Amino acid sequence: MASHGIKDRVAIVGMGCTNFVEHWDLGLDDLVIEASNQCYSSAGVAKNDVDAYWLGTAQGGMSGITLSRPLQLDNKPVTRVENFCATGSEALRQAAYAVASGAYDLAMAVGVEKTKDSGFQGLNAVPPPNDGTGRTLTAAAMFSMVAPAYAKKFGVDQDELREAIAHVAWKNHYNGARNSRAQFRKEVSMDTIKKSPKVAGDLGVFDCAGVADGAAAAIICRAEDAHKYTDKPLYVKALSFVAGNGSGLTNPEYDYTTFPEIAACAVDAYAQAGVTDPSNQIALAEVHDCFTITELVLMEDLQFSPRGTAWKDVLDGRFDLKGQLPVNPDGGLKSFGHPVGASGLRMMFEAWLQLRGEAGDERQISTDRSLALTHNLGGYPGEMVSFISILGTQLG
Amino acid sequence: MQGIITWGTYLPYRRLDKSSIAPFVGQGGGKGTRTVASFDEDPTTMAVEAARSALRGRKISLQQLLFSTVSPTYADKTNATVIHAALRLNDSVTALDLGASVRSAVGGLMMAARSNVTTLVTSADIRTGLAGSAEEANGGDAGAAFVIGDSSSAPVAAEILAVTSATEEFIDRWRSPGSVRTKVWDEKFSEVTYTPLAKAAWKQALADAKVSTEDVAMITVASPHARVASSIAAKLGVAKVVGDVVPTIGNSGAAHPGLLLASLLESSEANQVVALVSLTDGADVIILRTTEHLRAARPTPSFDEQVNGGAPLSYGKFLSWRGMMSIEPPRRPEPQRVSATAAARSEKWKYGFIGSRDKTTGSVHLPPLRVSVDGQRTDDMEDAPMADVLGTIATFTIDRLAYSPSPPIVFAVVDFDGGGRLPVELCDIDIEEVKIGRRVRMTFRRLFTVDDIPNYFWKATLVRDN
Repeated sequence: MASHGIKDRVAIVGMGCTNFVEHWDLGLDDLVIEASNQCYSSAGVAKNDVDAYWLGTAQGGMSGITLSRPLQLDNKPVTRVENFCATGSEALRQAAYAVASGAYDLAMAVGVEKTKDSGFQGLNAVPPPNDGTGRTLTAAAMFSMVAPAYAKKFGVDQDELREAIAHVAWKNHYNGARNSRAQFRKEVSMDTIKKSPKVAGDLGVFDCAGVADGAAAAIICRAEDAHKYTDKPLYVKALSFVAGNGSGLTNPEYDYTTFPEIAACAVDAYAQAGVTDPSNQIALAEVHDCFTITELVLMEDLQFSPRGTAWKDVLDGRFDLKGQLPVNPDGGLKSFGHPVGASGLRMMFEAWLQLRGEAGDERQISTDRSLALTHNLGGYPGEMVSFISILGTQLG
Repeated sequence: MQGIITWGTYLPYRRLDKSSIAPFVGQGGGKGTRTVASFDEDPTTMAVEAARSALRGRKISLQQLLFSTVSPTYADKTNATVIHAALRLNDSVTALDLGASVRSAVGGLMMAARSNVTTLVTSADIRTGLAGSAEEANGGDAGAAFVIGDSSSAPVAAEILAVTSATEEFIDRWRSPGSVRTKVWDEKFSEVTYTPLAKAAWKQALADAKVSTEDVAMITVASPHARVASSIAAKLGVAKVVGDVVPTIGNSGAAHPGLLLASLLESSEANQVVALVSLTDGADVIILRTTEHLRAARPTPSFDEQVNGGAPLSYGKFLSWRGMMSIEPPRRPEPQRVSATAAARSEKWKYGFIGSRDKTTGSVHLPPLRVSVDGQRTDDMEDAPMADVLGTIATFTIDRLAYSPSPPIVFAVVDFDGGGRLPVELCDIDIEEVKIGRRVRMTFRRLFTVDDIPNYFWKATLVRDN
């Protein structure tokens, strides 16, 4: 028994992504139609050429019919998947395995969320009927417990840590300002970020991801067929997933300074892809910056920084757009926005643009390195799911 | 001979300074303070806390649980069964509510005294009244609990020598069910009506107890009317009257006679004759003789310690907690109603705060798990009752966005002594008090109510030196 992965067996040959904004004039159906049509066009295929579909939506609708009805698919297999905020990545993972298995020639993954029809602030999950003893905290509150624990464990001054996580927000807004699809397209000053009203713990409004509507899609084929569709396919090097068992919530040894599910997921992903020196082999990382402190800790769990040092690397600008390893060059959840079911595919869309040299002058990064990493999590510290993909432009 | 085996009282943490009422309302208030139940407390939770105090560290085989309140959370459905579940009592213990009048509470004590079963008698109340009313200023919120049985079940701290009543129908205080406003006729009318009733019941009680007034060391008189209580206490001729607590904690309706009885017992020495007189729709008298077991039965915290404790609450919070003033909530979804079936399946966890302990490794799981954390064994667990286990705050946060009946939510990850961790809401706390390393204990609360279903569960509260 082992996690073998499917390195170089399938490729992404087309992608689409809507703007991520508050689409007051577009419904869920409109969003999936737009992302899907972009994707068909990108791959140069007709709708009927795609053999099977996976739809990721956390709360947008139930069953594959949520996709097949708006797209008017003709007797196609469609599976709706949900895996917290990693839902969009999960859709792609299933589509990739289906093609790798030989069951289908072409599969499409679509992720979508219509978050802004609820009328509430933040993201809202509707739990199944229950005994009333579960937590009712916001995600912001659960993640806010990381910052003081991190500062204490590594002896980081609270103000310095505050500066570092504000830099994460500053960086992601800087990048998002250069992305026409992003929800927030303005740079934001460090001062504004640090003085923003508190939502939970020490996390202010500018430490939290944007909440947006949006959809994104990808078409997958066998690697050997990739050049039928595009000259610049992205080969799937690794797809790793870990569903935590919730032990961090009940085990007193968990200290809120790391996300063990993600550290384990990263080990598996790097093994699948044969990556031994992530910082120097990976060209860019799209990571799940649901909160600024989350991105900071992810730099350590993904092995980009040694434990207890990510705050320094962040402040040194190592993950900035022109830094040694650009992280979230598209603005991330922070400024691109977070339509839950779409976000995982949106991350891959940025990898698609950057590795193909199509991100535009304002934010195109160097493509000397040919690998991109996307990291998508769901849940909370202590009880989390983690997805990592590694994508590359070269076989082998 | 039945007697009081043990007792406990519960005063909520918050105190309203009555001088804050008039500047806001333009009338009412006065000097002194009153107790205020938190937004997440109700008579049921306060009765649970009083009973926990009474039962802590004791093994008493109960046969019956009685609960009295004038402000019950459920109608139709029994409230005492919630208390029964939270106290983890045996299924064979009968659990009953006594009706919606103040007199029912002392009635519960009298019924238990006249029975031959070991009874946990609980009472609790929340007194609100209209803004600016005397009821608002002079009311209070509290709970009280007594275990009454004979010496075969446990050592008796105070033998019950006599239980007498004088009953009469007259309209001096009344209220329609569900109304917040208690109405009164005329205190002088009450005084002249209660006086002969009290004298009659007192005389009969002395005769039944075979004691004289001079033999009675101390008396306490409970009445919703302060004037009636002090006047009749003087008329009965007992040298010492105890229980002048209304200016500090208010008159807590159904709980008030129990609080005064507890105060009486905690003021007594061994082998003294003492008496409770309760004046509501008649006069009820209980005469007791304390025993050498009195001191050992004294609960922690004591009634006096609680009277002297507490922390201030603004009048605005008081009004919002009692539903007298609506406050803008966070723009977040309100919680769903509790699933009755799911709650029934998790009764031990939800009401009793019982986790599971791995028989092989000893690790404690909150909520209970069926499969060991190493994934190797299924149902290799035993019950881990955690309600009385103290814990320490490992980390914490303040959630300003999440839905709460009284935002913001103060929330902590709590590590329990001897193992087990639970991320849980804190209560009765000011934001600046929460710190890593502070000690907490668990308390039974009503988290919220949806579709008329109160969601009872446990929260953590700071361990404070009284």
